[in-house]
Amino acid sequence: MTSRDTGPSIQRPLTDLEIKLEANRCLYCYDAPCMRACPTHIDVASFIAKIAQGNLKGSARDILSANPMGASCARVCPTSELCEGACVYAKDDTPIRIGDLQRYAVDALQRSGEQLFTPGPPTGKKVAIVGGGPAGLSAARDLRIYGHAVTIYEMHDQLGGLNTYGIVPFRLANDVALWEADYVVQLGVDVETGVEVGVDVSVDSLLGNHDAVILACGMGDVPALGIEGDDYAWDALDFIEHVKMGRRIGDLGDRVAVIGAGNTAIDALTCAKRLGAERVTMYYRRGEEHMTAYDFEYAFAKDEGIEFRFYCAPVRIGSSEVTFVRTELRDGRLVPIAGSEFTEPVSAVISAIGQSRLEQTLKAFGVAIDAGVVRVDDALQTTRAGVFAAGDCIYAKGEREAMVVEAAEQGKIAARSVDAYVRAKAVA
Amino acid sequence: MADLRSTLAGISSPNPFWLASAPPTNSGYQVMRAFEAGWGGAVWKTLGTPITNVTSRFAGLDYKAYKMLAMNNIELITDRPLDENLREIRECKAAFPDRAIIASLMEVCEREAWHELVKRVQEEAIDGFELNFGCPHGMSERGMGAAVGQHPDLIEAVTSYVKEVARVPVIVKLTPNITDVRVPARAAAAGGADAVSMINTINSLMGVNLETWNPIPQVDGKSSHGGYCGPAVKPIALNMVNDCARDSQVNIPISGIGGVEFWQDAVEFLLLGASNVQVCTAVMHHGFRIVEQLCDGLNTYLDERGLTSVEALVGAAKNRITTWENLNLNYAVVAQIDQETCIHCSKCYIACEDAAHQCIDRKVVDGTAILTVDQDHCVGCNLCMMVCPVDECITMLQVENGLPPESWKERSSKISATLS
Repeated sequence: MTSRDTGPSIQRPLTDLEIKLEANRCLYCYDAPCMRACPTHIDVASFIAKIAQGNLKGSARDILSANPMGASCARVCPTSELCEGACVYAKDDTPIRIGDLQRYAVDALQRSGEQLFTPGPPTGKKVAIVGGGPAGLSAARDLRIYGHAVTIYEMHDQLGGLNTYGIVPFRLANDVALWEADYVVQLGVDVETGVEVGVDVSVDSLLGNHDAVILACGMGDVPALGIEGDDYAWDALDFIEHVKMGRRIGDLGDRVAVIGAGNTAIDALTCAKRLGAERVTMYYRRGEEHMTAYDFEYAFAKDEGIEFRFYCAPVRIGSSEVTFVRTELRDGRLVPIAGSEFTEPVSAVISAIGQSRLEQTLKAFGVAIDAGVVRVDDALQTTRAGVFAAGDCIYAKGEREAMVVEAAEQGKIAARSVDAYVRAKAVA
Repeated sequence: MADLRSTLAGISSPNPFWLASAPPTNSGYQVMRAFEAGWGGAVWKTLGTPITNVTSRFAGLDYKAYKMLAMNNIELITDRPLDENLREIRECKAAFPDRAIIASLMEVCEREAWHELVKRVQEEAIDGFELNFGCPHGMSERGMGAAVGQHPDLIEAVTSYVKEVARVPVIVKLTPNITDVRVPARAAAAGGADAVSMINTINSLMGVNLETWNPIPQVDGKSSHGGYCGPAVKPIALNMVNDCARDSQVNIPISGIGGVEFWQDAVEFLLLGASNVQVCTAVMHHGFRIVEQLCDGLNTYLDERGLTSVEALVGAAKNRITTWENLNLNYAVVAQIDQETCIHCSKCYIACEDAAHQCIDRKVVDGTAILTVDQDHCVGCNLCMMVCPVDECITMLQVENGLPPESWKERSSKISATLS
């Protein structure tokens, strides 16, 4: 089985006629609810009006000035939970297709290759960004516009973070993720790839050589299941990374089990299915109503032919089978049901039970961490002066799902705070 | 089933929907198709000395995703020999004897020339003549069309030439490219016209191509003003029709033309004083088949209102139009927003805030804009209702202020009496 062979994108770009009809259907609301629902506050009514008036460049500028990750967000944003869910037409189930319109405008910019932004006059200030994912790139873009020198330290070989490595290709193709990163780098961002902060470059040198640091390193691997044979299981993110980078995966066989029920689990499930596995099944220790995947993701997985088993937890993984135990909620607590163990023949297991925290890296910066989450104030300043944080490393569980668009907004906020910080320091 | 039969100056047709003299009535083939589709009458594309046309000829005015809110054209009268047109008229009349066929005519302003043309054409069994004093482009440069329609003395003279020999009713088609349409209409009546039709097309320049800077439509990089028509001109036509319908010196029937696409448009023309309507742009946009929509819609409307005939509508609301000085200054309405159907788009708010009287209150509660009207200060201008995308969400409520009706005329005469 060859990698990358996961079929065409699940989103079709709209045709010119569809765009014309859709853009003109937008009411151009005042103080539009879609804009308020967007974490980056893209002026949606404005960018759609510009599309309707044939001003695609102005439209793309509206989008990207508010959200440097506008190309990926047009594809991966849970729009029904955000802008489209807030559209005044949503009540009648006919919201404006904002994501598709956004994609149209940014696609046109990508094709034109024109750079719409210019770096600000140099301030002489230097900022280090740890992590070149959506939060780091978003921060880098705005910091360059403010005129500060920026260096991104990225562990992977390429920029983009989860956009590049962690979102299945039929949802977000790499040419988009990499173009989007490059569009930021074009503004004069120094990039050090394949560099792990704390290993290849010391935290002290980072702090010593820059006027400010933004931690945007995201989260780590999927944690171990902690059961017998868990080393047989794929890390879902590693699995998706293999697919995306075209690395060999080997034979998944015809019965794939995915443990977990979040959006990454859906990605792993549908990816495995598209790679040719005959039966792909999600196993979740809780019930359908507890799934953290979006409803539309769950519906997508069903459409793709994924099977679902609820209230069962893995207890043992073998080379060709997994043993589960049935679970139930008793007084609000999830407990295994004694004697309910059952064994399923399985050719491959993928674990998608969340991501671990990069506590070691973060601790080295001497910032306060709560349960693996960097503690920040509203300005995204950590407990250490000059060190800021954005993106998944400040994402606390229990909030709404971690989103690219949220990371992009945090990158903007962190950049603004850094700008204020280094300018204040210059005056002092 | 209401009686859709209609009569204009003695010319009867099975329904009040005629095709206007225009490209759709250019040939017997087309008029046959139109009559098969159900059109009540057709005013044949203007007959006269055949001309040579240019390409291109038409341009559309789009609004957002909607096509042809209006169009204009620089096409001239028929480009085919008179004999050919007359033979086709004969064939159409033979095939559809119950439909009205009107011959539109254009000729230089000479008595003998008009006599000759009228006599020649009425050898066929036509139901009437329509004198084209309205075409605003091309022909007007040659002293015909609107060049006649802009000179009441010429209108009267030519109409009288035609009436000297015509054996069928004569309709005079008027140009809107004048200041007061009643003046040419009175001239037509004075010349003996049996009816007037209006409006012909309006002088217009459709636009400029932003890539090439060529005008639209363009003929080898140039253009000239063209005749503007279609849904966007309806309000202008309604006003002119009504002006003539209320004028005692006009006092002849009116065929209403200008932007009729839906049955509702026709009802408005009839209510304001037209005896029938003529249609062109809607057919150019959608084809002859729209007459079924027009007839069915009109019939349903008449039935629902308990009206048995189209005649019951003609002029029924014409006297509701008056001069401003007669309007009741004490009548008051205020806007009301139905919170159930409001979709919270805030269009009413920003329109009132920036362009009216700042009378809509807006509070964002849990991310939703709640919009209410400050009815103590609302001046009842209608703007919020106009911009609201939801039908009936914003309505105008009459305020019972207990004041007796009083017009400006009455008030100013009272003031004058006090001062004297």
